[in-house]
Amino acid sequence: MSASKASRLGEEIWKTRIEKVNAELVVLTYGTIVAQICKDFENDYTEVNKQLDKMGYNIGLRLIEDYLAKSNTMRRCSNFRETAEMIAKVGFKIFLNVTPTITNWTSDNKQFSLVFDENPLADFVELPDDGRAQDELWFSNILCGVLRGALEMVQMQVETHFISDVLRGNDTTEMRVTLVRYIDDELPPEDD
Amino acid sequence: GLGAGLGGGPAMGSVNGGSGRKMDEDEERDAVFARLEALGYRVGQGLVERFSRDRPRFNDTLDVIKFLCKDLWTLVFRKQVDNLKTNHRGVYVLTDNSFRPLSRMSAETSSQAIARAQPFLWFPCGVVRGALAAMGINATVTAESSELPAAVFQIKTIKTQS
Repeated sequence: MSASKASRLGEEIWKTRIEKVNAELVVLTYGTIVAQICKDFENDYTEVNKQLDKMGYNIGLRLIEDYLAKSNTMRRCSNFRETAEMIAKVGFKIFLNVTPTITNWTSDNKQFSLVFDENPLADFVELPDDGRAQDELWFSNILCGVLRGALEMVQMQVETHFISDVLRGNDTTEMRVTLVRYIDDELPPEDD
Repeated sequence: GLGAGLGGGPAMGSVNGGSGRKMDEDEERDAVFARLEALGYRVGQGLVERFSRDRPRFNDTLDVIKFLCKDLWTLVFRKQVDNLKTNHRGVYVLTDNSFRPLSRMSAETSSQAIARAQPFLWFPCGVVRGALAAMGINATVTAESSELPAAVFQIKTIKTQS
């Protein structure tokens, strides 16, 4: 599917097939969860990042069903570049109403970046002012897990992590996505 | 929904073994309840700060409850409360005949479904209690469902000593 066709599809699904929820409710709920996890792990941000990623992973495993049902494309992406287009222009569009920019491909077409001009999870957010969160916490890390979990269910093992975040004072919010391998048909792994 | 995002959730299976073991599971369950409720509380507080800012001052408790049933309920659950009752002595009972978080639940038997739905009411209870607190009303809030997808919330306001 071409990039412009993916855009139109994402727009169409967002308009007609998606139940909306108040954005502030989502922001407040997510922010509350992150704050609670920070408290639980006594501001060990490495651990907090890990927990957020894990929560996302478990969401992603289930969310892919909804994505497939709503997008109803009925066919596999023919290559990883097409997968990236569908993630950005359909996946992120229909669930978060944003379309991150796809950029910084490596020459082997296995690694790209998603650059978020807007990030609905991070509205009104300030990181803890403890001199460490700015360097250690990836506030939106749940998104990495969601992507990893969702792609795993469609036979792609990926590695995902943020490399910059405007909340930390960076100029952009950028997630790196790397295709590790296509998974052969095998039994799905257990939830953790 | 958002509920699914709150981690693994409690062990809700049937209880085996001796009474000591049972105690642990009850405690664990209560801890999960308290945690979800506390998360909701903070969300409720935040929502009220954000959405009651530009409206006129509340006259009395009933005014606040009405704001909760209409404006806030619509914001969070996308419809208004269907029925509001009060004993005029600080207890308010809110009935939502089609409570959004329970709207797509089913199980083999209805009693099973209701038991499984109960944990999903903890977070909303917290939201309601947090919202009320932000509007100056201390209360205890409990909720139950006797038939899906309806939910009944009971608010008992606590008189502050003055």
